[in-house]
Amino acid sequence: MRLAEAEFCARVDEILDAHEGLEGPLLPILHAVQEAFGHVPLESLPRIAERLNLSRAEVHGVMSFYHDFRTRPHGRHVLKLCRAEACQSMGADRLAEATQTRLGIGWHQTTADGGVTLEPVFCLGLCACAPAALVDGRVVGRVDDARLDRILEEVRA
Amino acid sequence: MRIYVPRDAAAKAVGADAVAAAIEAEAGRRGLPLTLVRNGSRGMVWLEPLVEIQTEAGRMAFGPVTPEDVPALFDADWKRHPLALGPTEELPWLMMQTRLTFARCGITDPLCLEEYEAHGGFEGLHRAIGMSRAEILQEVIESGLRGRGGAGFPTGIKWKTVSEAQADQKYIVCNADEGDSGTFADRMIMEGDPFTLIEGMTIAGLATGATRGYVYMRSEYPDAVEVMIEAVRIARGHGLLGPSVMGSGRAFDMEIRVGAGAYVCGEETSLLNSLEGKRGVVRAKPPLPALEGFLGKPTVVNNVISLASIPVIFQKGAAYYRDFGLGRSRGTIPLQIAGNVKRGGLFEIAFGMSLGQIVDDIAGGTASGRPVKAVQVGGPLGAYFPRALFDTPFCYEEFAGAEGLVGHAGIVVFDDTADMLKQARFAMEFCAIESCGKCTPCRIGAVRGMETVDRIARGDAAAIPLLTDLCATMKSGSLCALGGFTPYPVMSALTHFPDDFAPMKEAAE
Ligand SMILES: Cc1cc2nc3c(=O)[nH]c(=O)nc-3n(C[C@H](O)[C@H](O)[C@H](O)COP(=O)(O)O)c2cc1C
Ligand code: SF4
Ligand code: FES
Ligand code: FES
Repeated sequence: MRLAEAEFCARVDEILDAHEGLEGPLLPILHAVQEAFGHVPLESLPRIAERLNLSRAEVHGVMSFYHDFRTRPHGRHVLKLCRAEACQSMGADRLAEATQTRLGIGWHQTTADGGVTLEPVFCLGLCACAPAALVDGRVVGRVDDARLDRILEEVRA
Repeated sequence: MRIYVPRDAAAKAVGADAVAAAIEAEAGRRGLPLTLVRNGSRGMVWLEPLVEIQTEAGRMAFGPVTPEDVPALFDADWKRHPLALGPTEELPWLMMQTRLTFARCGITDPLCLEEYEAHGGFEGLHRAIGMSRAEILQEVIESGLRGRGGAGFPTGIKWKTVSEAQADQKYIVCNADEGDSGTFADRMIMEGDPFTLIEGMTIAGLATGATRGYVYMRSEYPDAVEVMIEAVRIARGHGLLGPSVMGSGRAFDMEIRVGAGAYVCGEETSLLNSLEGKRGVVRAKPPLPALEGFLGKPTVVNNVISLASIPVIFQKGAAYYRDFGLGRSRGTIPLQIAGNVKRGGLFEIAFGMSLGQIVDDIAGGTASGRPVKAVQVGGPLGAYFPRALFDTPFCYEEFAGAEGLVGHAGIVVFDDTADMLKQARFAMEFCAIESCGKCTPCRIGAVRGMETVDRIARGDAAAIPLLTDLCATMKSGSLCALGGFTPYPVMSALTHFPDDFAPMKEAAE
């Protein structure tokens, strides 16, 4: 336990060191922490706050403002479906419903086995090949039933 | 043989990486020497993955190609094949355009500096280096360039304010948050011709005395972020960024920053707060960012396309650029044609084409083959246009006159299955989700708006005037355009498609 904690602190410090000298370093730091741990552990906030000479509440306030930052780990796969207008015009609502039914979860939820987290996203810039999705950071366009099948197969594997 | 397979996210989204891999494998199997270039997209997204092969007669296009098509394309020696489209440059979609900002996009290898220069890159910067600050500013003012991020503010005037401000440090901030649904021009230029943006920002630095720049990119664009980071690294390595830009003795350098999924951070003052590491709350203006921007210093905040249009203005001259367009909308605009369309993609053209021409002729109507019902122009805060307004020319003033906005020039087409009440509700929902929370009309109004639309949906006609009043309050009482413009999609839906809000709706269905 103590060792894990020391390791954790060392990793956070490493990230803080790497961002030394940046103007406005908080977002890059939070991104790096999330990249390292899969989420932003609440225990990292006091350490970040101390280094940046901010209050803990300030750091927490920033983190909670942005949709991207999570305080808990997500599933092994993250499926983001576009909910915005161009995708709506090509059946995104129906696609979202089908996905939710088949995964048995709603937006921002993770399947019971911890396999998949479903997130809404508002435009991926793939509006001319709608509807669009982001599967673990990989772009997918023209998501029809066949492509949805393949995506779900992939994330449930 | 030299083959091009785009690396643009839209091409990747429909299988370009798999096609590229299949081409490499097939060439290997056949023992053919292959140079595979991962270019940007030509913007014909309905044809992606669009594969091109270099021939003596120019580049020949094939699309949309799947990995399964690849062996047969080799069998046909990349000549006669059902997917053959002919010479790329002669495709009507490209021939009808005036490609100034996107002149190189899709043609060159995005990260190859030699190709960039061979296609006119850095000519603008060379010219700007030889000019005084006043001359550079004058050139931008004369070009008539207005901000492409939405507000349409004259770029040269903004730069002049920053140039004249006294400070020990000034900044150029590129707004690459591109949150508007239906838009992807920023993404395409950053993925397809990133040095153009770097060149434009550098010229902005020379014009204003700013030595540092930031590109604030949305996190939803992982591919674009990767290309931009690499492009900046390459440019710095070649002395195009750094203490002495192209040996001019003038400094300019830049950094790529990534947002964290907040639409409002596209608003310039919210963006600056975010860049400073704060909550992305909108700041009251004044002070203008031009005087007190990033870290309180004079700052140019410009959209990607505004900045990426600068190099061609300096390369060809302000007059050349200004001579395109209509009225007070000068130059070209990269239209982003999206949604339910037969031909979707990026189409750069002088201002002034009518909305109807864009939707019917360029886009070719809907993908579903059903009649067009509504067209949303300008992102989630833009109005829905009915066919009755299709003669509106694509210009800032004309769109404002039709109770709409050009915005970032995204055009989203809906067929007759669209339910405009649902679209109005979505506009309110989006505003509620993305509100920065600073002012009541937006924060509370959007939630009330959803409830009011729901009442109308349940057949309560008395809620219609409430919705109208609420929109008026949001429009006049909001600090920024998120709360202030959400009434555009809502009111346009209500005004132009009243049947969708009628109490009889449920019964009729
Ligand atoms: C809610 C909201 C979101 C915005 N999003 C963007 C955006 O994603 N990209 C952008 O360039 N401008 C956006 N803007 C406009 C910017 O505030 C600003 O006008 C623009 O960056 C100025 O650059 P320009 O003059 O080159 O257009 C947004 C405005 C608002 C109110
Ligand atoms: S209108 Fe909305 S987003 Fe804009 S400042 Fe007010 S609360 Fe924030
Ligand atoms: S976990 Fe060690 S200081 Fe926070
Ligand atoms: S609206 Fe879905 S990708 Fe743009």
